[in-house]
Amino acid sequence: MAEATAAQQRAPAEPGATRETTYLEAIREALWEEMKTDDSVFILGEDVGVYGGAFKITEGFLDEFGPDRVIDTPISEAAIVGASIGASHMGFKPVAEMQFMDFVAPAFDMIVNFAAKVRYRTGFGAQIVIRGPVGAGARAGPFHSQSPESYFANVPGLKMVAPATAYDAKGLLRASIRDPDPVLYFEHKFLYRRIKEQLPTDEEILVPIGKARVHREGEDLSIITWGAMVYTAARAADRLAEEEGVSAEVLDLRSLRPVDVEAVAETARKTGRVLVLHEAPRFGGLAGEITAVVCEEAFEWLDAPVRRVTAIDTPVPYSPPLEDYYLPQVEDVLTAARWLLAY
Amino acid sequence: MATKSETKGETRGDEGDVDLLGLDEDELRRMLRLMMLGRRFEEKAAEAYQTGKIGGFCHLYMGQEAVAAGCITPLRDDDYVITAYRDHVQAIVRGVDPKAVMAELYGRVDGCSGGMGGSMHMFDRSLNFMGGHAIVGSHVPIAAGVGYALRYREEDAVCLCLFGDSVVNGGPFHEAFNMTAKFELPVVFVCENNSYGMGTDIHRVAAIEELADRACAYENMASESVNGMDVLATRRAVQGAIHRAREEHLPSFIDAHCYRYMGHSMADPSAGTYRTREEVERHRQDDPILTYRKRLIDAGVISEEDYDAMDREVIDQVEKAAEFAEQSERPDFASIYEHVYAGDFRGIDRRDAWR
Repeated sequence: MAEATAAQQRAPAEPGATRETTYLEAIREALWEEMKTDDSVFILGEDVGVYGGAFKITEGFLDEFGPDRVIDTPISEAAIVGASIGASHMGFKPVAEMQFMDFVAPAFDMIVNFAAKVRYRTGFGAQIVIRGPVGAGARAGPFHSQSPESYFANVPGLKMVAPATAYDAKGLLRASIRDPDPVLYFEHKFLYRRIKEQLPTDEEILVPIGKARVHREGEDLSIITWGAMVYTAARAADRLAEEEGVSAEVLDLRSLRPVDVEAVAETARKTGRVLVLHEAPRFGGLAGEITAVVCEEAFEWLDAPVRRVTAIDTPVPYSPPLEDYYLPQVEDVLTAARWLLAY
Repeated sequence: MATKSETKGETRGDEGDVDLLGLDEDELRRMLRLMMLGRRFEEKAAEAYQTGKIGGFCHLYMGQEAVAAGCITPLRDDDYVITAYRDHVQAIVRGVDPKAVMAELYGRVDGCSGGMGGSMHMFDRSLNFMGGHAIVGSHVPIAAGVGYALRYREEDAVCLCLFGDSVVNGGPFHEAFNMTAKFELPVVFVCENNSYGMGTDIHRVAAIEELADRACAYENMASESVNGMDVLATRRAVQGAIHRAREEHLPSFIDAHCYRYMGHSMADPSAGTYRTREEVERHRQDDPILTYRKRLIDAGVISEEDYDAMDREVIDQVEKAAEFAEQSERPDFASIYEHVYAGDFRGIDRRDAWR
């Protein structure tokens, strides 16, 4: 924990100052700063205290904030989310950690039937954040690698975010904690320590929920994606530029509910060729929804049908070569992109 | 709890050597060998993990061998075993070839789950080994279903369900215990209580001192705490529970106190954060294999030379398992679409089709 603690205790930074921050540290800093500035924020989850979190996101929090605000819970996801909802009704802003987002399943009832609907029937919402690692690529097998956004996409009352950058990881977590409605915050475990950015230390980083971000500007083709796939898209875009002189735009949705419909429509109208990329399975995946948005909002601008590049419709296999096959790779994006360009 | 049961290896009944449960020497040696094999297997797995041959998560069993050996060896072939994610040694004790377990860890086709599951998902239907399960506590209700089927079909087989201490705080534990007790199902629940759910001391999160006492909330549910570092004590308790399940169709809950020497997974150092090096060292002094070894030597069942020979044998067996895994093929890409549904299902788009 030493680094983050020290960083937080550092004197106010020089204007324009930055510091190299990993995606993981960005999440940690957002939690830390929100807890520092708002006594009603607390965290609870499995091994978040003494152990410091399975991925060490909350390392050092117990010493700083004490056991009343850094709660090591039993392995009881329904109780973790249920208790978070109850505490939110009492004016707190709990941040519940799912050790892996796959483990959210036992809390499904609490999220779908309580957190999502309480405002509708009572007028007051559940100001909770449910955060945890998603995504494949870590050889973690079928129960520690899933991308569960689709399970929740059809539930009005919920918000969902999935940052790809350290900046967004920090800014979206702060926004999620401050948001009056329940937010599912999906952090990609593959990015935790692989993504490093210079983050400003003299400004409050806050990213609005519901706004997409153009990761890379382009004219000929749009790749709409989020999470770790932003980097797959960016590598594909690099190769399209180098090898074929094609300028591909990469739109990072960041928020999955609500989706930034305007940004989706804008990029579709701009390039006329749209590829939607995600690492959840294909059928019922959000790519279908994004495709529908493109068709409804930008049909007349399209020069080709919308193409989806997704994981295949199977569980996430453990065996490393199969996991790589399961996940969309740069080559898959290139193949679909060439098809779109040739259409 | 009754201790008498008709289990394989038992030849002399209650009148035999009480300390050795009246088990014949072959059975006593078999139990020791399985524990030694489990230990050496995990050492090899740790090595393979460190050299990058095993990926993802890997939870090792060192220190807990007496639980797997004590619980699984008294079962009959037609009984069932279902367990949690720290499952390599349970699979081996149940009879899964260490080669198939190692190949699974390597993600190869000869793995007992074809390389699709990995460390936490050992499975062998032919041995009624109903698998390792990666979501804490979620397999406990499945044991109730196995038990229900056994009762419905009027079979006298039983289901052994192993899980870690953290499970007792989750909802599925209560739901499964209540159903099993009320429906009088032949299930033997064994808590492998190593005191920690990952890095959280069970007593920091469980509102009960003795986990076995949880059973008092359910009529028909017998319970017992046992020293899970002692393979014979564990077997004695489990034999009683098996008898109760087989003869009376009633469930039992055994809380087996044990200790894991390694961290929760390969990503967790064995001590430092949530427990001290001294604590680990203290438990290592109570090593289940060495304790049992001494007991068998004292009783004249084995000699030190026998033990050493057995150790060489299991080391050799484990080396062969690693070589086998190394040489086993990686699954081909077509196999990724198999077993998602029974038969051919049109709903699965094949990636090739989009390329």
